[in-house]
Amino acid sequence: MDKFVTLKSIAIPLDRSNIDTDAIIPKQFLKSIKRSGFGPNLFDEWRYLDHGEPGMDNSSRPLNYEFVLNKPEFRNASILLVRENFGCGSSREHAPWALLDFGIKVILAVSFADIFYNNCFKNGILPITLSKSHIDELFKVSSNQKLEIEVDLPDQRINFLVNKFFEFEIDEFKKNSLINGLDEISLTLEKTQEIKNFEKSYYDLYQWLK
Amino acid sequence: MGRTLYEKIFDKHLVSSSDDTHLIYIDRHLIHEVTSPQAFEGLKINNRQLWRKESIVAVPDHNVPTISRDEGIKDPVSKIQVDALNENCQTHNLLQFKMSDERQGIVHVIGPEQGLTLPGMTIVCGDSHTSTHGAFGALAIGIGTSEVEHVMATQCLIQKKLKTFKIQVSGKLYPFITAKDLALFIIGKIGTAGGTGHAIEFCGNAVESLTMEGRMTLCNMAIEAGARAGLVAVDQTTIDYLKNKPFTPKEEMWSLAVKEWQTLKSDSDASFDKTININASEIEPQVTWGTSPEMVTGITQAVPKLSDIHSSKQPDFQRALKYMGLVENTPLSNIRVDKVFIGSCTNSRIEDLREAAKFIKGKKVNSSIKLAMVVPGSGIVKKQAESEGLDKIFMESGFEWREPGCSMCLAMNADRLEDGERCASTSNRNFEGRQGKGGRTHLVSPAMAAAAAVHGHFVDIREVN
Ligand code: SF4
Repeated sequence: MDKFVTLKSIAIPLDRSNIDTDAIIPKQFLKSIKRSGFGPNLFDEWRYLDHGEPGMDNSSRPLNYEFVLNKPEFRNASILLVRENFGCGSSREHAPWALLDFGIKVILAVSFADIFYNNCFKNGILPITLSKSHIDELFKVSSNQKLEIEVDLPDQRINFLVNKFFEFEIDEFKKNSLINGLDEISLTLEKTQEIKNFEKSYYDLYQWLK
Repeated sequence: MGRTLYEKIFDKHLVSSSDDTHLIYIDRHLIHEVTSPQAFEGLKINNRQLWRKESIVAVPDHNVPTISRDEGIKDPVSKIQVDALNENCQTHNLLQFKMSDERQGIVHVIGPEQGLTLPGMTIVCGDSHTSTHGAFGALAIGIGTSEVEHVMATQCLIQKKLKTFKIQVSGKLYPFITAKDLALFIIGKIGTAGGTGHAIEFCGNAVESLTMEGRMTLCNMAIEAGARAGLVAVDQTTIDYLKNKPFTPKEEMWSLAVKEWQTLKSDSDASFDKTININASEIEPQVTWGTSPEMVTGITQAVPKLSDIHSSKQPDFQRALKYMGLVENTPLSNIRVDKVFIGSCTNSRIEDLREAAKFIKGKKVNSSIKLAMVVPGSGIVKKQAESEGLDKIFMESGFEWREPGCSMCLAMNADRLEDGERCASTSNRNFEGRQGKGGRTHLVSPAMAAAAAVHGHFVDIREVN
């Protein structure tokens, strides 16, 4: 996994709550058995005016220019700004895969759905939870100008405008995994002996599960 | 101090801890065709083995056609996924209920039905509605594909401890009020983020009186309340249900197991991070009117008025009404539907079908309905229903009787709503586009869906019955 330390980008203000994983990547695109290639269909139903199906040439589809992701200034942005309960619904990891494939590396929200939040870290995306008033302020700034944000994971803060910053909380284990680009499976496999020991006493106790 | 049911299950699976990050052992791993291929691929790339093959059970459900299976899967992209699952199961020699197997069905229906879901287990599946299995006093959590791969390779999951949330439902549910109405009512109360970060334990008389199928419906929708898991304590109802299921322990092992299962309840002095009380007698048949399960109210009510909605939620409210093609203050019973879907891991078990059939018997689907369909949760449910003649009741009234699968719950196969079509659905999500682009979903119980099919619009099942 790629390491994540700091990142600077314009933030894309997507002013909605309860954005579910069906909206992030509609189900017809889940039929791929790969992890990549979902980016062009990120937010497909909002981004295009027609109905998308796998295998279509996305570059020739009619775009919805009202939708924020289609504004030229946000095409290469890596930070997404949203409101509450982002990523609710299905547990599909295709949602973070699609965000990542588009280039999103950081999501700022008031809250995230649990499974989605977890899935982000496994893919090198940093989901940041900020208070409602801080998110409000970021939306306000972004309504008047391009909001450029510098995310500093080691210091757990985001810097914006001149000298403005917000601090954020993050679990130490997750932070460490991101900064060092650690693969969790390798980490757990280092505990092979412990798992084996556990299994031995576990199946002695709960024999019917053997 | 006493421990909650969640804590008991968590503790007995604890392999190691560092600070507040824990490694817990996983007993059962259910897989389906949509969220497993990339995990198998990951294992292969990194040259890793499956830790415990016996823990895995596979079934294709999301993509399978619900019309005749004889011609296989027509959609080439769906076929690739189902074929990939077959291939992976074959390579690793895993237990799979293939599309042609009578035991095939929705992953959350077949687990309990086969006795693969047992009390006290930790159960994972790359699917959010894994919470369903919590009805058995198991800790069942939905995970993403990276975690699927992690469990395959290590038999463990990295977890933070969840907070605990007790939802006590006292009193009695009135006739015709089902577990689905209870689930929707609770979500309406606490909101779709109300359970975020929590494991919800449902308890109280009204929950104890539910059948196992009702408890599954309730726990199924815990995820829609934002919770990671839903749980119900083990009691005699649980044990009676499991007895003699194909994969449950037998004879001596059964007695040993039952002895342990009987301890699977929260201690009376256990403390929860959050508790709410619900009075079951307040609940009437529920119908969602918006694009989130929390946008729900009783059938005798109307779509709320803008002025009743908190200002911070008004933009979402307006967007939802626009999408749903509704105006504020419309009585729910005035809403006409185009299609009716009885199915999904929430409501496709035998009791659900019986409940709908009981109402439908001798009546006709309204001529204004374009399609009414029943999709049983599994081949076993289908067979049981057919042996009771339910298929005939449905077909004579004008319902289509289909093969088992997820079907129009998420419209990954050919079953879907067209733009603007309105559906009375027994599934669990009414998100924009969930049942097809532009499709409008109203979540209801099976009997309410059946009644809407007959009348062409929502009606109060208590009155028309
Ligand atoms: S029936 Fe619907 S909610 Fe249940 S597993 Fe299938 S798609 Fe998911």
